[in-house]
Amino acid sequence: MSERAGRNGGGAVLELHDLSVRIPVSGGRWVEAVGGVTLTVGSAEIVGLVGESGCGKSTLGGAIMGLLPGGSRVAGEVLLRGQDLRGLAEEDYRRIRGDDIALVSQDPSASLDPTFPVGAQVAEAIRNHRDVSRRAARERAVELLRVVGIPDPGARYADPPHRFSGGMKQRVVIAAALANDPAVLIADEPTTALDVTIQAQILHLLRDLTVRSGTGVLLITHDLGVVAQVCDRVAVMYAGQVVEQGTVREVFAHPSHPYTRALLESQPAAHHRSGDLPVIPGRVPDLSEPPAGCRFAARCPRAHDRCAAPPPEIRTAGGGRVSCWLHHDTAREAR
Amino acid sequence: MNHRLRFVLRRLVLTIPVLLVMSVFIFLIIRLVPGDPVRTMLGFRATPAAVTQVRAQLHLDDPLWAQYRDWIAGVLHGDFGEDFVSKAPLGELLAQRIPVTLELTLLSMILAVVAGVPLGVRAAVGGRWARRLTEGFVVFGVSVPDFWLGIMLVLLFAGTLTWLPPSGYIPFTDDPAGNLQYILLPVLTLAAAETAYIIRTTRGSMLGVLGRPFIVYLRAKGTRERSIVYGHALRNAAAPIATVVGIQFGVLLGGAIVVETLFALPGVGRLIVTAINQRNYPVVQAGLFVVATLFIVVSLITDLVVGFIDPRVSDRGQS
Repeated sequence: MSERAGRNGGGAVLELHDLSVRIPVSGGRWVEAVGGVTLTVGSAEIVGLVGESGCGKSTLGGAIMGLLPGGSRVAGEVLLRGQDLRGLAEEDYRRIRGDDIALVSQDPSASLDPTFPVGAQVAEAIRNHRDVSRRAARERAVELLRVVGIPDPGARYADPPHRFSGGMKQRVVIAAALANDPAVLIADEPTTALDVTIQAQILHLLRDLTVRSGTGVLLITHDLGVVAQVCDRVAVMYAGQVVEQGTVREVFAHPSHPYTRALLESQPAAHHRSGDLPVIPGRVPDLSEPPAGCRFAARCPRAHDRCAAPPPEIRTAGGGRVSCWLHHDTAREAR
Repeated sequence: MNHRLRFVLRRLVLTIPVLLVMSVFIFLIIRLVPGDPVRTMLGFRATPAAVTQVRAQLHLDDPLWAQYRDWIAGVLHGDFGEDFVSKAPLGELLAQRIPVTLELTLLSMILAVVAGVPLGVRAAVGGRWARRLTEGFVVFGVSVPDFWLGIMLVLLFAGTLTWLPPSGYIPFTDDPAGNLQYILLPVLTLAAAETAYIIRTTRGSMLGVLGRPFIVYLRAKGTRERSIVYGHALRNAAAPIATVVGIQFGVLLGGAIVVETLFALPGVGRLIVTAINQRNYPVVQAGLFVVATLFIVVSLITDLVVGFIDPRVSDRGQS
């Protein structure tokens, strides 16, 4: 892990500044799915974004891709190599999608067009952005399929997706995503739909390919095991906000936020398989009326009076950041 | 073996039992209709002796299974028997009638697909006005009966405007331009409801496909919206559309009976209507057999088309 820690020297390719997303729900109400997230992803760096289902991780990914459901409102900044993507005309955003920012989503069976040959779907990613002949795109697509580990890619090029296993389909999706050497890859639960044995292969493939091309990866997952395997840094998300971020080693060894700690304790691990897993009591707050103070306070074992006010963001000893009153007295504020 | 070739062969073999069962139904159903062909032919004042004699001549005294056997054996040799009334061999009669019905129904189907699919796509992805206009047309097309629409078209185009002849038919081989003039109004009449159904099916199918995750993924790849709609979504939506087109062809054949009668087109539909009134068993059997076979053939083609559009269909049931 130490050799990976030194790799994020390529500069930030993706920066989110105070990014908020509000999504309209029935009855004229709004849900604040993402509330003020600040996060950077460096070149060739893999940043894990971890949290429970419904905490806004995927909405954050959608906001970066510019693919949120109609009517959603985005505030804050999404900077791609310093350029703000918000407010781009649709055609300009289209040119960026799949070229500078690519997506690998959760279920490869749902990501691929079931009626198109897999190879054509990779070639399409190339021809969407490069003015090359069909033949050249095809050759490049076969090469990409080979790189991601599809056996006999020339012959399998014309096969429809359903003749591939889930793991093989996700390899195809990765090939299409990396076809244009994107600066940023959003990997939204890329292994959740796959067998456990395949998960590690896909994760290592993703890591090898993105490190080689210098692509920065935002790896969205609910699985801390995945984060531990491949990520350099991790951001822990709760109810639409990042409550703690830092290097994987630091956050896992010394979790500062009570939520991070609870999340780590609720992971099934080999040494306490016999007993019941600890669970976090209570429920995620209703985000159509988010609490004014710390959003975790209602479930936090260490909550006290101060938690009714928004928690300060504080720099941890290991160089990370945590948003919690507990550390207010022991450390200096982050900004 | 090639997936698609195997799919085609399997589908062809499955057609044989369908044809057999259909022939039994056709044979029985006309005999279930009340009324006696001999009495209809000879009239009320026929003597019992004459009735018995004609009945024996027409083999109507034979057991049902023997009558069926004789008929189906003939059909397998391409001999549909002869008209009870005119004694003319039915093969020639059908050879004249089938092209008319085929022209009417196929042109209607082609028109309905060519107009209905693009309109259905617009209805799915277009703005509010595209949606309202197409919905209005769908309600109109589905609810207006064909005989009324046909009469209105005749009144307008043949009566008031005198652009087109009101009824009749000229074979395409005799005069192509004249043929089209005569067939245009019947085709429009028959195609209206069909077009409405295809618009509705296309819209529903497109909306279903456009809501699927792979559409989002295509956008994430930077695919142009035009290519997403017409290249990917329409291809995925095509299988249900083709299936509906195939099933609706049966409805078209039914509508052809009305439209042929209305426009005095010498097709199979009008032949059947006349023959049913006369209880003319061989003609009804032959006519229905031809119509049902047409439907089965179109269903077969539909299934093959669906199999070619969607590789999952042609792969089904194969290891």
